[in-house]
Amino acid sequence: MYSVDISLSFASIVMKTIPFIISTIITVALVFALNKSWGPIPAIGKFLSPQQGFWQNAESIDGNRDETLVFKNLKGKVSVHLDDRLVPHVFAQNNEDAYFVQGYLHAKYRLFQMELQTFAAAGRISEHLGNDQRYINFDREQRRSGMVSGAENALKAFEADPVSKKVCDAYTAGVNSYINSLSESSLPVEYKLLGFNPEPWSNLKIALFLKQMSKTLAGYDDDLEYTLSKPNLSFDDLMQLNKQVPDSLEPIIPKGTIFDPPGINPVKPANADSLYFLKKDTAKIIQYSKPNPINGSNNWVVSGKKTKSGAPILCNDPHLELSFPSVWYEMQITTPDVNVYGVTFPGSPNVIIGFNDNIAWGVTNAQRDVRDYYEIQFKDDSRREYMYNGNWVPTQLRIDTIKVKGANTIYDTIAFTVFGPVVYDRTFSGELSDNKAIALRWTAHDESNEGLTFYNLNRARNYDDYYNAIKTFSCPGQNFVFASRQGDIAIWQQGKFPARWHGQGMYLMPGIDSSYQWQGFIPQNENPHAHLDSGFLQSANQRAVDSTYPYFIPGNYITPRGISITRKLNRMEGITVDDMKALQTDYYSVFAEGARNVLLKYVNENSLDADGKKYLNMVRNWDLNTTPNSTATTVFQSWFDSLEARIWKDEWTKYSLLMPYPPEQTLLEWINKDSAFKFIDNITTSQKETIYDVVTQGLQKAVPQLKKEEGTGQLEWTKHKNPMIYHLLKSSVASFARKIPVGGWSNVINAVTTTHGPSWRMIVHLSDPIEAYGVYPGGQDGNPSSKYYDNFVDTWAAGKYYRLWFMKENENKDKRIIATLTFSNS
Amino acid sequence: MRFILALLLTAAICFLAGLRLEWWSIALVAFFVALLIPQRIAGAFLSGFLGVFIMWSVLAVWIDSKNGNSLSQKMAEIFKLGGSSILLILATALIGGLVGGFAAMAGSSLRPVPRIRRY
Repeated sequence: MYSVDISLSFASIVMKTIPFIISTIITVALVFALNKSWGPIPAIGKFLSPQQGFWQNAESIDGNRDETLVFKNLKGKVSVHLDDRLVPHVFAQNNEDAYFVQGYLHAKYRLFQMELQTFAAAGRISEHLGNDQRYINFDREQRRSGMVSGAENALKAFEADPVSKKVCDAYTAGVNSYINSLSESSLPVEYKLLGFNPEPWSNLKIALFLKQMSKTLAGYDDDLEYTLSKPNLSFDDLMQLNKQVPDSLEPIIPKGTIFDPPGINPVKPANADSLYFLKKDTAKIIQYSKPNPINGSNNWVVSGKKTKSGAPILCNDPHLELSFPSVWYEMQITTPDVNVYGVTFPGSPNVIIGFNDNIAWGVTNAQRDVRDYYEIQFKDDSRREYMYNGNWVPTQLRIDTIKVKGANTIYDTIAFTVFGPVVYDRTFSGELSDNKAIALRWTAHDESNEGLTFYNLNRARNYDDYYNAIKTFSCPGQNFVFASRQGDIAIWQQGKFPARWHGQGMYLMPGIDSSYQWQGFIPQNENPHAHLDSGFLQSANQRAVDSTYPYFIPGNYITPRGISITRKLNRMEGITVDDMKALQTDYYSVFAEGARNVLLKYVNENSLDADGKKYLNMVRNWDLNTTPNSTATTVFQSWFDSLEARIWKDEWTKYSLLMPYPPEQTLLEWINKDSAFKFIDNITTSQKETIYDVVTQGLQKAVPQLKKEEGTGQLEWTKHKNPMIYHLLKSSVASFARKIPVGGWSNVINAVTTTHGPSWRMIVHLSDPIEAYGVYPGGQDGNPSSKYYDNFVDTWAAGKYYRLWFMKENENKDKRIIATLTFSNS
Repeated sequence: MRFILALLLTAAICFLAGLRLEWWSIALVAFFVALLIPQRIAGAFLSGFLGVFIMWSVLAVWIDSKNGNSLSQKMAEIFKLGGSSILLILATALIGGLVGGFAAMAGSSLRPVPRIRRY
């Protein structure tokens, strides 16, 4: 009996042990598998847990947003009233507390964006996005272009300034106070998707953020592409294709303005023809990441003499990539020292575009070229020495550590020369052999303190304060437009711009001695400017000055919007805020007006089939407005794009050119001036094509695609171009994006393209009290679950505005306030 | 009875543990509850499974309704669930349930061998 008993127990132990082993293995394996990310898939168990994962980010629609927060860094009490658009109105007893709270709020609503942008600036994308050659090349190029060393230089400059240092220290402390308050479950949802944690913020990150703006706005050039064109295009050809002063230019500084004689006269090296203009070079260096050349903007200001009220009106709409969250965060900051309202950059203190009790200001991009490349000769593979003025001189080597998610860390050695950092050498470009290398000189490398300009602008009371604030601003060059309650209007194209001899820096330059280095900078007081008490001033990324300006100032200028604005404002009198709203959202294409004349003049109607004739008539009857439902806009744009291809593609293919086609305005002017312009002929055919041939063929070639789009109901302009606002993580989170049913184009005032456009529209009427309107395509809260994530989008898309509430402290019982955050130190 | 008790204990203790601990605390809780409360293995699995399944789905439904389904719909698109909040809630509960179920099974199978009845 006994033995049977034992054997039974033994059997049951086995019976129990096997399930234990199996179920334990399954449980452990499940937990392990669900607690780990697999490629782009986050740790599923952690991510789905309603107590830890993404569910914790789902915000209660009508939850109470009041908070009482205690931070011992604060000196006094700060009240933050959130209005019904979630715009914070910050009332602090001193500046440092205000910037602490600004940092805290930026982090609270936009932390992931701040980190992602500064990771990109610092070349740390692979660290978080993974082992992909594109990310690694991006990171190496960022670092080799001097983004990090430039930020370190900027940090030196603003930590040396006691005011800037205090502001940045307080801002950084505010960001970190928020980061320290986060738990695993309250992390922004993007961190949960990507599986990493925020790291401490620092003043260096503020500098990195501003460097990223320099890259976006002053990081474009085609020097390497132009260099490759030398075997086939002469410098004269290049200057024809990139006309420095378009015939139709409406410059920022009114025509006829007399400029001072130049304070500096850069001298062209005697050997420039043989060593520079005519020297052929074929190293096909490809820049991995170029900023969008149409990052642009509009701003204008009309004096009280042209307005109905008698007070000036200032308008600004910066055009940037549209994203969720927006690059902008709206707020009001009030202390005994400052009372300012406007949009801010999460990642940096102060208000960037806005107004205070006395003045308003706005910015557009100067589009000036402030980057040049030099060909360096290393002594040997070690890159420790390079030739300079007849001697081998030492480089400074910097070893950068690039972490890569899911792969080994990469160590990249960057050589710094007197010209700047070596971006491309044989370790980074297969095209470079021997000891040849390419260094970059860029004004963004230099010590400068851009933040101080905004700190001072926020407090400016008159023209002198404004001028003193902006005159030290160096990169990215901006057109600072200004209006005051006293009635003056002004604009300065401000930046640190090299004084170049004619043609300097269009191509890669010899870098074995000092003869091709920049010889100096254009003196600040010679930067283009105007200060008026009547009329109007405008800027829209065009060349700032007419041909009488005494310097060679290449850039990627955009001409048409300046013409539209100038023409409209010239005709307007008794201007109201509503007129300005209509102008900022205007869809009329002044470019198409000129281009259509050319198309209609040269099209050979008889050789078109029935479809061709139908589309021709649509363009003929078009009102030239690029409205969302306009089908003629699609036909026109397809036709003009097709014409451009017919004119340029043959040369571009045959000569292997990598630069973009010349500006459309330049093409139009050449056709108008010389209909036998040499590029019109298709060099791959034996016959000689005329302007009639290419215009007619342009339409014929566009017809099949147009018919296809018409057949599927996609011919309306907005359906054709399909504008979208993506989340910063792009198509990997497609459901965080929004379609925007808008018209417009980069060459019309309402400059929405596909993913790019007016990122903030602001109108400030300098009446008493100041009356201001604004809107941006996004929302204050970066959390995709929030009703404030995208609540401004429809208003923006409809061309409508919000009245901006410049709150007074005693209005704290106003019904627009939905919540109050109270900060104190005890 | 034991089944209901195990289920409720699993749900309640998992909830409390989840307030402070990592998400996988559900496995530890389900394991120990099953270790303490005698059940057949299949019953233990089911009580662990349902305990976590119900707790996670109730929480998810509650959070989701307060949020107006906004985030769940977006997430359900990212995870190729056709934008369906319901499917995402089910997926959430299922994942939690499976971990809870297998952990409970392991706990239950580690119980001392019950005395063999003599006939």
